[in-house]
Amino acid sequence: MERYYQPELECMPREEMIQLQNQRLKQQVRHVWEDVPYYRKKMEARGLTPEDIQSIDDLHKLPFLSKDDLREAYPYGLLGRPLKDCVRIQSTSGTTGKRVVAFYTQKDIDLWEECCARAIVAAGGTDEDVCQVSYGYGLFTGGPGLNGGSHKVGCLTIPTSSGNTDRQIMFITDLQATILCCTPSYAAYLGERMKEMGMGPDDIPLKAGIFGAEAWSEEMRRDIEKTMGIKAYDIYGLTELSGPGVSFECSAQQGMHINEDHFIAEIIDPDTGEVLPEGEQGELVFTSIDKEAFPLLRYRTRDICVLTREKCPCGRTHVRMRKPRGRSDDMLIIRGVNVFPSQIETVLLNNGYAANYQIIVDRKDNTDTFDVHVEMTPEMFTDNLSEVSAMQKKLVDDLRSMLGIKAAVTLVAPKTIARSEGKAVRVVDRRKL
Amino acid sequence: MSIRQISVFLENRPGKLQEMCALLADRGIDLRALSLAETKDFGIARMIVDDAFTTANVLKENDFIARMTPVLAFAVPDEPGGLSRLLGAFTTAGVNIEYMYAFLGGSNDGRAYMIFRVAHTDQAEAALAKAGFRALNQDEIETI
Repeated sequence: MERYYQPELECMPREEMIQLQNQRLKQQVRHVWEDVPYYRKKMEARGLTPEDIQSIDDLHKLPFLSKDDLREAYPYGLLGRPLKDCVRIQSTSGTTGKRVVAFYTQKDIDLWEECCARAIVAAGGTDEDVCQVSYGYGLFTGGPGLNGGSHKVGCLTIPTSSGNTDRQIMFITDLQATILCCTPSYAAYLGERMKEMGMGPDDIPLKAGIFGAEAWSEEMRRDIEKTMGIKAYDIYGLTELSGPGVSFECSAQQGMHINEDHFIAEIIDPDTGEVLPEGEQGELVFTSIDKEAFPLLRYRTRDICVLTREKCPCGRTHVRMRKPRGRSDDMLIIRGVNVFPSQIETVLLNNGYAANYQIIVDRKDNTDTFDVHVEMTPEMFTDNLSEVSAMQKKLVDDLRSMLGIKAAVTLVAPKTIARSEGKAVRVVDRRKL
Repeated sequence: MSIRQISVFLENRPGKLQEMCALLADRGIDLRALSLAETKDFGIARMIVDDAFTTANVLKENDFIARMTPVLAFAVPDEPGGLSRLLGAFTTAGVNIEYMYAFLGGSNDGRAYMIFRVAHTDQAEAALAKAGFRALNQDEIETI
């Protein structure tokens, strides 16, 4: 039996949802027009007034917001409420430039936490569960978001935050944690560690994991599920929109339901900005429709993705997004070819290696060099040099057929690739372009 | 009786072999024989030691990838033709050698020791025994 946190919203018939979205979108546009001069100027530049937006069919008329806009407007330019009404900020890691700072009223936080609660319930969570939140707490939205969601569901919440792996495992076993929330790379790391400690899937009390904040492959999911004996659910979000819980997976594990009562999703052609029909791959764009402190209209996520409205067996009616192929921030252009780290991960796991790798890109004599360092595993090591070399060569061949360009593969000793306990450092780009 | 060789994955970089040897030195492990096979970026160190189990554990605890590989050890007279006669028995028995290496014992007993890796260790051992060459056992190799 599928369970829902807010069935009336999560399973709302499409017609009713459109009505709700129309009404909320109009209000949101009015709110932005009156309270966010930065965006009002963008609308005026197109000759738009709030009256031009009567329904979600008019959404395409509105100008986009990009990460550059957020940087330009930093820190208060996109604020939609006086600071005295705001109760919290969260911020991105700032790895791709200036930090993004998002603001929340108490209502914004409540709605965000409800989104996370929906994800936890979709993963089977109830007030009987013990939910360990191993996402970082602090400016990063992962910890605070899932922590709030876990409270709303009524789980016993263990706020371990990230890091200190042995302590994480101690809490999981001593307090019999049933749900784990963290990044997929940290989940894989915890799984490895527990395996090393001699724990099999049956010794691990966890039954579900909610893993997000970075791209991961289907193969990695199966790996984690097998090692820990759990069902692993994907969750998606952006600090700009609230945090994790913008969309989440249900028991069907066939894409993530976008919380459409709060966010309208579009897929656009990243080059022309044109809206693409359902089922086509393009850049994901979100419009928040009931946010107070940080309302964003048509925010370009840079995530490459596909949407589907096919009926989901779980009973939720909200549109589903496929796991993003990669954030275009993660995408590398090497010798003119688009490369996503998730593609490399897929090849590694298909070949029996673990997802412990690092991509090193440099430029020598005006040509990109492309190296993939892969950690050797005890399972893949044999005493036979030609066998190991043959496996290495197969990796090179498979990468080439997946990516279309050749990578040099170097096998390295275990645990030599830096494994941050939050997001994994997958890419070292030394090109000075 | 095959004996236990320790095979270790090593990156082909300065200091890696030394790092491994320092670990073994700390634990008082004595190497009987050592052979290295290498490619451009990695290599395999193959060792015969006086305590194979401790060695495997120490390496594993320190994040080295190591495994035990069964190999055959023979003693031959340290004189011209000693190895050739032994290899003649391999040829007659039709046993292919994947790799081999040699060392001299510490006791100056006039013998040289040969380590062989073959595909089917037990069959090869039986065939060589029939030809009059007895493989050394673990105790013998650890006390040379």
